[in-house]
Amino acid sequence: MIRKLSHYIGEYKGITVLTPVLMVLEVVFEVFIPYLMGHIIDDGIKAGDMGYVVRTGLLMMLMALLSLLFGASGAILACKASAGFEKNLRRGLMDKVQKFSFANVDRFSTASLVTRMTTDVSNVQMAFQMMIRICFRAPIMLVSALVMAMVTNKRLSLLFVFVILLLGGALTLIVTQAFPRFRYVFEKYDGVNAGVQENLTGIRVVKAYVREEHETKKFHKASDFLYRRFVDAEKIVALNGPVMNLAIYACMTGIFWFGANIIVKSGGVDMQVGQLSTFMVYTMNILMNLMMISMIFVMMTMAKTSGERIVEVLDEQIDLSEKKDPVTDVKDGEIVFDHVSFSYSKNKDNLNLEDINVTIPSGSVVGVIGGTGSGKSSFVQLIPRLYDVTEGSVRVGGVDVRDYEMRTLRDKVSMVLQKNVLFYGTVAENLRWGNENATEEQMRAACESAQIREFVESLPDGYNSHVEQGGTNFSGGQKQRLCIARALLKEPKVLILDDSTSAVDTKTDAAIRAAFREYIPDVTKIIIAQRISSISGADMIIVLDEGRINGIGTHEQLLECNAIYREVYESQMRGADFDE
Amino acid sequence: MSDNRAKKSKAPLKTLARTLGFVIKNYPVHCIAVLFCLIVTTVVTARGTMFTKELINDYIQPMLDGELTQEAGFASLGVKMIMIALTYGAGVLSTFLSNRLMVYVTQGTLKIVRDTLFEHMEKLPISYFDRNERGDIMSIYTNDTDTLRQLISQSVPNMISNVATVVTVLTSMIILSPLLTLTALIVVALATTVTRLLAGKSAAYFRKRQQNIGEVNAFVEEAVEGQRVVKVFTHEDKIMETFDEKNERLYDSTRLANGLANVVMPIMGNLGYLNYVVVAVVGGYLAVSGTGGFSVAALVPFLQFTRQFNMPISQFSQQLNSIIMAVAGAERIFALLDEPVEEDEGYVTLVNARENEDGTLTECEEHTGVWAWKHPHSADGSVTYTRLRGDIVFEHVDFGYLPGKTVLHDINLYARPGEKIAFVGATGAGKTTITNLINRFYDIQSGKIRYDGINIGKIRKADLRRSLGVVLQDTHLFTGTVADNIRYGKLDATDEEVHAAAKLAGADYFISHLPKGYDTEITGDGANLSQGQRQLIAIARAAVADPPVLILDEATSSIDTRTEAIVQRGMDSLMEGRTVFVIAHRLSTVKNSSVIMVLSDGRIIERGSHESLLEDKGVYYTLYTGNKK
Repeated sequence: MIRKLSHYIGEYKGITVLTPVLMVLEVVFEVFIPYLMGHIIDDGIKAGDMGYVVRTGLLMMLMALLSLLFGASGAILACKASAGFEKNLRRGLMDKVQKFSFANVDRFSTASLVTRMTTDVSNVQMAFQMMIRICFRAPIMLVSALVMAMVTNKRLSLLFVFVILLLGGALTLIVTQAFPRFRYVFEKYDGVNAGVQENLTGIRVVKAYVREEHETKKFHKASDFLYRRFVDAEKIVALNGPVMNLAIYACMTGIFWFGANIIVKSGGVDMQVGQLSTFMVYTMNILMNLMMISMIFVMMTMAKTSGERIVEVLDEQIDLSEKKDPVTDVKDGEIVFDHVSFSYSKNKDNLNLEDINVTIPSGSVVGVIGGTGSGKSSFVQLIPRLYDVTEGSVRVGGVDVRDYEMRTLRDKVSMVLQKNVLFYGTVAENLRWGNENATEEQMRAACESAQIREFVESLPDGYNSHVEQGGTNFSGGQKQRLCIARALLKEPKVLILDDSTSAVDTKTDAAIRAAFREYIPDVTKIIIAQRISSISGADMIIVLDEGRINGIGTHEQLLECNAIYREVYESQMRGADFDE
Repeated sequence: MSDNRAKKSKAPLKTLARTLGFVIKNYPVHCIAVLFCLIVTTVVTARGTMFTKELINDYIQPMLDGELTQEAGFASLGVKMIMIALTYGAGVLSTFLSNRLMVYVTQGTLKIVRDTLFEHMEKLPISYFDRNERGDIMSIYTNDTDTLRQLISQSVPNMISNVATVVTVLTSMIILSPLLTLTALIVVALATTVTRLLAGKSAAYFRKRQQNIGEVNAFVEEAVEGQRVVKVFTHEDKIMETFDEKNERLYDSTRLANGLANVVMPIMGNLGYLNYVVVAVVGGYLAVSGTGGFSVAALVPFLQFTRQFNMPISQFSQQLNSIIMAVAGAERIFALLDEPVEEDEGYVTLVNARENEDGTLTECEEHTGVWAWKHPHSADGSVTYTRLRGDIVFEHVDFGYLPGKTVLHDINLYARPGEKIAFVGATGAGKTTITNLINRFYDIQSGKIRYDGINIGKIRKADLRRSLGVVLQDTHLFTGTVADNIRYGKLDATDEEVHAAAKLAGADYFISHLPKGYDTEITGDGANLSQGQRQLIAIARAAVADPPVLILDEATSSIDTRTEAIVQRGMDSLMEGRTVFVIAHRLSTVKNSSVIMVLSDGRIIERGSHESLLEDKGVYYTLYTGNKK
């Protein structure tokens, strides 16, 4: 994992290496200061030598300045390196996700991809910054303070070794005890939040059934449990403070007693009063850095999970690849399915489409109908190669879709998806997704065909009207029609509408189809619909059932000889749609 | 949402006071004890440092100079050390206590906050949920409570203990040498100015960074959400281009914000050493010249104090910042708690009743299957009982979601018990709005709605809603078993009742074929069930409640025709014998309705039976025949 991630340090490798070096230099100069401190007191002040005091004072100042210089530049570089690393890592993820095929997208949920690209990346960045700064600084500070303490007085510094071992043990115990408890409690926390979410989406049901109290009781129970578990975990962490204080106090008491002993017993030779002060500073240095190390340990463990989640995305195998010498031109809109079988799970025993054979002449209008799970969407998604077939081949314009350059194929096979999305920006910007250089004229024509021109032009800002993220400021029907216009701007050879007019009323739906016939007669049009009226005029209707072709023919032919088609037709005539 | 997050608090002090007031009100004893312990800890630390002076002056120096024998000296030092150790012990104990108590205070407060939030949220009117995005409400429970935790458990106690430290340390320093204290303070003032300068700059970059993060996150979310569209339009390169721009901006502000913030640490640390040097030189001079009785023995603890003093001062502005940030979160929590709850002045209640021989009703405790509206009259103190029958009347009802924007105009209709009223019309004509008025999700502006002759404004909302069954277009199921979800309609329903309801809805067949039958766990709003199955459970849920009046939004646009037929059968049997308001999409439902209301732009433009409407050759006629074509 580390190797994979460190690849993203990229151009920041130099400063990443330099930072720890600077941190070491900072420590080296800093650690001498308390030592000199003791000498100022003992050799300067006590001896009454003001000259020595000033000279050593200046030396200390120089050390402090150098330490500051290295420390500050180290901090700046560390932040630059970690911000750069974060940038590269996030870019790497985004780039990878852009290369994802539909099958790859299916494997990760949207929410989880977003978390990986935001929260997880931040966690890793924080850990990285800590690592190059503190990870080197803290242990080195610890060791050098210990060494300096030993130089000052060997016997007294034994005390530190003892306290360090004890404190280190205690901190390790606290961390290892607390960590699994926290992991558990955060799982529960997610559960409680899921409960809130559920109530937010289902609030009308809650209110309609007067279940506010019932829900509140349920929530109280969950939050009470959460409280207990949180207290359980936090109690352990709360030991950090007293343990740390105990260590500091123990060191102080030790320094007082043993220090006094050493000074007095040796008659002020082995140690002097000023060095007491030196020892006190080293005490704080050593204990604080020990604490720091335990904190790093915790952060690293937390970042590890984030790192793993990131690497999961980076390691994801892209399951569609382009040929070496791809075809870059689509001749016409003829589509052939040749013994095509397809499974989302690539499992031949669990096929979503089975042995599909059909030839669709260029320029024809094809309707596709069938129940949920009959494979309608799977069928059309194979045409622009959003998925690869499991067996057989799909040919567009006489060429296997796998032989095309992906961009060419998808530019020429325009598809309006079932779940359509508009993007933050303006209407024009959204339309230009279809054709970057589309003129206002072209946009108007596309909107005209999609029966949305009148609406767009009635908006105060016309084509420059603002679109919210996800297009939430437009109704379902308006969104669908804008998406159709967007797809038309591509000037495709094949146009696929995957249930794209479900929120559009019957009259407008018919007008769109009429416009297609008039303006884009040469384009092959494939229409998936629930409404028989949307497809009854098609040149060819394909009835799908459980992944197989149940029947192909015109409306009249199918009415005569296809049971499923007839059943759907009759039920719809009985239950005509009154929704607009 | 990101702009919302970055917004600063409007009245930080007021909110802070309210937050602390909330904490103290719930944990008064804990809070006082914690405060006491924090002060004890700081005093103990200062006392220990002060001891250095005594140690040198009273013990080490006399023993070195031979004024005190080593035996006597160490004997009395030993006693003194025990005293010090005991004092330190008290310090450890008080740290332990304050930390432990804070766990209860923090987690307890958070629990109370969560519970209060949820309880309050459940009481809010539907319009609140219309106005606020789900994500925003969610983040109150997650992000904002997290910052509150930070505030209670860290920021505030740290602030208190820092103030205590500054006070005790400063006092100790003044006791040791007022003159030297002044020197030290000058350097501290210098250091504080530098850090404040840096912190101010860094805070500006942090705000910018926050904004850039928001932008990047929003973009990532949008791009991932629309990934399929991106692929279909081969827009990957364009996406990367925009992303790079935003990512680069974030890099810049992150680098600067973090860099400046982190630079503070070495600067403060080393300025601390600088202070050391100045104090040492000046103190050295004082000690050598013997000014003001200052001695080396006092210099050792003084130097310690200089160090202890530096820390809280340098942290001060940082902590203040984090408190202000947390307060913004607390403000959003309070904003939700301050939302007015759904009002209910209703006093007519629904009670079990027994029918007397003369046809009058008497209230009774046990379940009789007969329900009555209990209507107390304040004028003469009498109580009347009206049988629950399911008779609904709209009289000149006007309604708008926002004042001044009427969406329903002069709606008049009546539904006798057992009648079926169908609403037909375009999306946005007001069909759903009408049904939302019956159960008082929204209150009407003018006119009257009567239930069994009683103005629904007088009926207690809970009782009104209990008498109405609802099946919504979007089914929402809850985490729990299938049986739990059906039982949602009637919490004390027996297994037999649950099964009977499922049978009525036509859901029994598929449920018994689930891996664990009625005990199958439903997760994530029923993601493991098909749309049709979920709808069948929702129908069973309404069936088990067995209400006299039903509101059905029978939209099935996302269900294919064959599944729809099954769902329809469930709906049909549920409608049997009840007053039904149905937003109808299927001709069979419409045809069989007692009355059909054709709505357009919030007005009823045609009404009547199927046959009479066809004869009228109006809008209904064109809708009907147009569809036929």
